[in-house]
Amino acid sequence: MSGRGESAGADGIDRTPSERVDVCAVGAGPAGALVAHRLADAGYDLVVLEAGERFDPADRLERMERSIRPGHDHLDVWDMGGERDAYSNGGEMFYPLNSARVKGVGGSTNHWQGMVMRLHELDFELESRTGVGADWPVGYGDLRPYYAEAERELGVAGADDNPFAPPREEPFPMPAFRPSHSDSLFADACEGVGVAMHSVPNARNSEPYDGRGECVGYGTCKPVCPSGAKYSADVHVRKAESEGARVIDRAPVQRLVHGDAGNRVDAAVYATPDGREHRQEARQFVLAAGGVETPRLLLLSESERYPDGLANSSGLVGRYFMDHLFAGMGGTLDEPTRQNHVGFITSESHQFYDDADAEVGSFKLEFLNYAGPSPVGTALSADEWGDDLLDDLRGSYGNHVGMGALAGQLPREENRVTLDPTTTDDHGNPVPRIHWSLDERTRNTLERANEIQREILTELGVDVEWTVGPDDTGPAFHHMGTTRMGTDPDESVVNPRLRTHDLANLWIPSSSVFVTGGALNPTLTIAALALKAADHVEAKL
Amino acid sequence: MELTRRDALAALASGGVVAGVGAAGLRQSLADAPDDGVDLPPERERGLLLAVARVVYPSELDGVREFVETYVAGRADARDGYRAAMRDALATVDDRARAWRDEEFLALAPDDRETHLRELGVDTADPDPEGTDAERIRYYVVNELLYALYTSPAGGELVGIGNPQGHPGGTDSYQRGPR
Repeated sequence: MSGRGESAGADGIDRTPSERVDVCAVGAGPAGALVAHRLADAGYDLVVLEAGERFDPADRLERMERSIRPGHDHLDVWDMGGERDAYSNGGEMFYPLNSARVKGVGGSTNHWQGMVMRLHELDFELESRTGVGADWPVGYGDLRPYYAEAERELGVAGADDNPFAPPREEPFPMPAFRPSHSDSLFADACEGVGVAMHSVPNARNSEPYDGRGECVGYGTCKPVCPSGAKYSADVHVRKAESEGARVIDRAPVQRLVHGDAGNRVDAAVYATPDGREHRQEARQFVLAAGGVETPRLLLLSESERYPDGLANSSGLVGRYFMDHLFAGMGGTLDEPTRQNHVGFITSESHQFYDDADAEVGSFKLEFLNYAGPSPVGTALSADEWGDDLLDDLRGSYGNHVGMGALAGQLPREENRVTLDPTTTDDHGNPVPRIHWSLDERTRNTLERANEIQREILTELGVDVEWTVGPDDTGPAFHHMGTTRMGTDPDESVVNPRLRTHDLANLWIPSSSVFVTGGALNPTLTIAALALKAADHVEAKL
Repeated sequence: MELTRRDALAALASGGVVAGVGAAGLRQSLADAPDDGVDLPPERERGLLLAVARVVYPSELDGVREFVETYVAGRADARDGYRAAMRDALATVDDRARAWRDEEFLALAPDDRETHLRELGVDTADPDPEGTDAERIRYYVVNELLYALYTSPAGGELVGIGNPQGHPGGTDSYQRGPR
């Protein structure tokens, strides 16, 4: 890579900009990493600017231990929090933003669970089919080849046994993880109440794949997979770098600067740990900083020409913030259930997903493999030790079961990300303020999920001990919808090619462009959109 | 239940400590007196660790000495500053025994050792690597020992979990029914 300055930071890393490159990507999570790899592989000059640090894979065991051992805040596992990551809340419901993301190379895939489903056809046509929500300007058929590509890139273990999933054209890259012992207990109960179970697509190696080993069962997938069997986007960052891309960590972008004509971005202005600011110029800019920092950066990039922020002629940047909501239920059985051997799930049911209407939305059911306490976690927090502790552990472990569910919420303008002028981050920029609330349909959906969970657990003979429903639900940490996609520049921020309506060289492959969120984990769709965006960007280069 | 050297080495390997040096090499590392400013001869360090382990581990375990010396020495050596913090916490256990009971901790009867730890507040303390004496003893000594045991295959088997969290025991055990 040519044209870089000579100066290096205290850690010996040169973070000065490259001479004007073909593409500058903001964010080294899955979207930025996939775009970077694809375009670097095609021979383009590329710089990726990442706000967080480059994590050393050798530290993952220590991070895992931090996640298990009391004495560490859960944010310490991936070094989140502090002035850099400050945020505020302004809505009816508190949104725990820093629990919901990781800043650094690999982004939030460092701590994700690794479930990768394709959205259903319904999700792209929600308004047409149910009269609520909105339709995407692209359909499942448009994304279908990109979904297949994304499954190959991430490495997905799955089986074509889900009768409710959208049509697919080829087998999964790896065989699915086999059902758990507790899945077999659930199977009889589900059959009794007429609920069909099926496997779960996991971005987790069930056999060696793409140079990474198979899962060895540390049981701590979320928040840390020490073995690297779970996909994380540092995989594609390394691939991009091996193709010549340059990835600069600890380089938070402060603002995007447009040219005099106002229709193109000229540069990304970023800060470095030495306190300096730099300008990275590029022909094309890819903004892939997640569902919160993406709209925040656009709003921070206000100018005389664009006083309400960049790409915001619609006034919709930051609006329609969505997440998935959790519903759950569990208790104990009078037989061993073999929980907490692994940290991922192996069975779900999408049976009720497409029943969505104006009153009740889509949801999926999960059959947990980690219900109840993990013995080591209990031991480390106990007030007993020795034989008394062992008695406690034997009494508390062994017969728990649990079910989860994800429910989608409708896109609503009032749920949004804004700038909070009263609080600033470590660079003096207003922090993101989250305005988040639940609509009645989402509450109905959670209630419906609870009804079915209770039916299954009752059939199984479970003594139900806990329930999470509409009154105590929480987010699944899937930020979506803040720069929505559409064909009308007055009603959306990016077009179906993922380019902003207002700026001819600014692209957003992200969950922020989701028009609706469905009720399925979003990362495979993010990856598919990133691969689609890479095609469109390449066509412009 | 027998804890073996193999348990300790497997647990060390799963914790990222290279076990190539073998148990003898790891015990040797615990025999060296580090230059960390903590007034605690290695022999006493080993004795204190083992004495606390005999309090916090279940009585049905055999092989505790081998396990503790291999596992804890390997882990403490593998992380900068970790062994010094552990030694400092152990020295505090001993200092308090001398101050409160006019005896070294190792000279106390087993029941009195447990009573001493409880009077220090270690049983109910929230573990904190930078906290009070009791919180640091809980973190660096008691929880270190408990983490070692209950993330190991033998510790898992004691409780009835074939592959405890933190141990890379593969993907077979979650599929199996109870034996």
